Amino acid sequence: MASESNVPQVSQAQLLSEAAEASPVRQSTLWSDAWRRLVRNRLALIGLVLVGIFLLTAIFAPIIAPYGEAEVVATSLKLSQPSWNFPMGIDQNGRDMFSRMVYGARVSLLVGVVAQLIVLAIGVPLGAVAGFYSGKVDNILMRTVDVFYAIPQLLLVLLLVNMLGPGMKNIFIAIGVTGWVTMARLVRGVMLTNREQEYVKAARVAGASGGYIILRHMLPNSLTPIIVSLTFGIPNAIFIEASLSFVGVGIRPPQPSWGQMVGTGQQYIQSVQHLMLFPCLAIALTMLAFTFVGDGLRDALDVRMND
Amino acid sequence: MLQFIIKRVLWFIPTILAVAAVTYVIMNLTPGSPFQPAGANNLREDIIKQIEKQYGLDKPLPVRFVLYLSKAVRGDFGESYSRRPQKVNDIIRRGFPVSLQLGAMALAFATVGGLILGILAAINQNGAIDYISITLAILFYSVPSFVLGILMLIFWVIWVPDWTGWRFFRVGGWDSPRDWILPTIALGAGPLAQLARYTRSSMIDVIRSDYVRTARAKGLAERKVVLKHVLKNALIPVITLVGPLFAALGTGSFFVEQVFRVPGIGQYFVTSMSTKDHPMIMAVVLLYGAFLAMMNLIVDVMYGVVDPRIRLGYRGE
Repeated sequence: MASESNVPQVSQAQLLSEAAEASPVRQSTLWSDAWRRLVRNRLALIGLVLVGIFLLTAIFAPIIAPYGEAEVVATSLKLSQPSWNFPMGIDQNGRDMFSRMVYGARVSLLVGVVAQLIVLAIGVPLGAVAGFYSGKVDNILMRTVDVFYAIPQLLLVLLLVNMLGPGMKNIFIAIGVTGWVTMARLVRGVMLTNREQEYVKAARVAGASGGYIILRHMLPNSLTPIIVSLTFGIPNAIFIEASLSFVGVGIRPPQPSWGQMVGTGQQYIQSVQHLMLFPCLAIALTMLAFTFVGDGLRDALDVRMND
Repeated sequence: MLQFIIKRVLWFIPTILAVAAVTYVIMNLTPGSPFQPAGANNLREDIIKQIEKQYGLDKPLPVRFVLYLSKAVRGDFGESYSRRPQKVNDIIRRGFPVSLQLGAMALAFATVGGLILGILAAINQNGAIDYISITLAILFYSVPSFVLGILMLIFWVIWVPDWTGWRFFRVGGWDSPRDWILPTIALGAGPLAQLARYTRSSMIDVIRSDYVRTARAKGLAERKVVLKHVLKNALIPVITLVGPLFAALGTGSFFVEQVFRVPGIGQYFVTSMSTKDHPMIMAVVLLYGAFLAMMNLIVDVMYGVVDPRIRLGYRGE
């Protein structure tokens, strides 16, 4: 799915004059090129802005939220509709929905980032070693991957969280432990194709050890697919957390999570809808934003993904 | 071809065994006895021991696993712990057809909608239709099925009747076809979007190829070029997507069934876990695992049938 956007035709003269203007010759690195292509993509730009808002909300949650994450504001106003003072209304326990939504962003971001860090920590080394050395290691890895792929990730995460118990830490672990397979397969594939390239052969001839070649030569060259995979992995982790919390095995109350708020709001759906509406929209927008950014990044970095 | 199919069928067995083993081990590592979920009923230690003996839970794990398997192979999944004295088989026999029907309808919706959207987008590349269908596809692709389900539920079941008095859609039934519409859309939207995106990019790749230019050059009608030349070849890579689509439909159904209170087996999955209903958990996981593996097998075979290059490639191995 390479980029189909038309790259504006720049004439030779224009290029030369630009180069002359910015002397010494303006650096055009992979990253600056990719960045320019990314922000030129309208959807990706919208996604970037939304992700930015999401990040800021999550990081500055205590400053933005007028009340605490589980602070009971007014028991007399239980389930009241959005109003000037409480822009997203009050929940079934008399807590300010807006504050809970803001803190919910924090939970989502944490789950997304930490789970992906675990995925990186397991998937990249395993995939790299398997792809580079092939043979027995590779065989064992690929058979393990086959088994993991036979069970949908969500199902496995449900089983694991049930075993470990609910709570944020266990969700990190469950998503990380089940999510590394995709990353490992991806890195392995990249390593397999890179292994036969000249720069690797050259490094080998120069006497570099296997570990050195992987770390200093091949990994930097595999960076773009890994980054793209991460941008899709974060919303996937957020989605899994939301699903778990929705059915009541995820984030433990009173800590707020968007999925959990949707789940508890279901009991009151006949009388009030704002309990579900706002968290639903938040989940949808966050996922959408990350997909926009991920799609844009994939096109900008010109990465071909297998799946 | 036959050799290839046999090889793939044989691979099915270790996969299912591994799935069963992993589930069994995780399930049994879960703290707490099935007869005392989260301290709900405070039984005495010796009574729990006695019940465990009655259910054969006192034997070592590997022995139990083998015993379980030997029964399961014969189609006996045991008695549900939490819904005694119901047999797991009976619960599944009641719920599975409903889940299967929902899944099949969602798949049909996704396939038809996804292909049409993808084709329309590709032949109008960078036009208005393309833009609309891409946006629609990204929207459906990224919004989780349960969120979409709830948004539709709020709109059609609560707001629309409030505003207009038109009470067409409702929740909690499965008797009339109108109960099927919303869950089908909620479950099928994600796969539909995935198919549309994939079809579009695959079509665009093919449209640029030489033989399509030849077809156009010899004066073939555009409709004929698209249907006979482009579509046929563009659909080959799309088939690989069908496997992951089934997985998405399977797991999505847990949540969609919960949102719309559809009486399928999806609802049992989460509840059986929290009640530590081991026979039920195993049955549901095995059912989904087997179903998924079988679909992947069919997809692989189909792929070989559609694209002879692949079949020959396998034979050469």
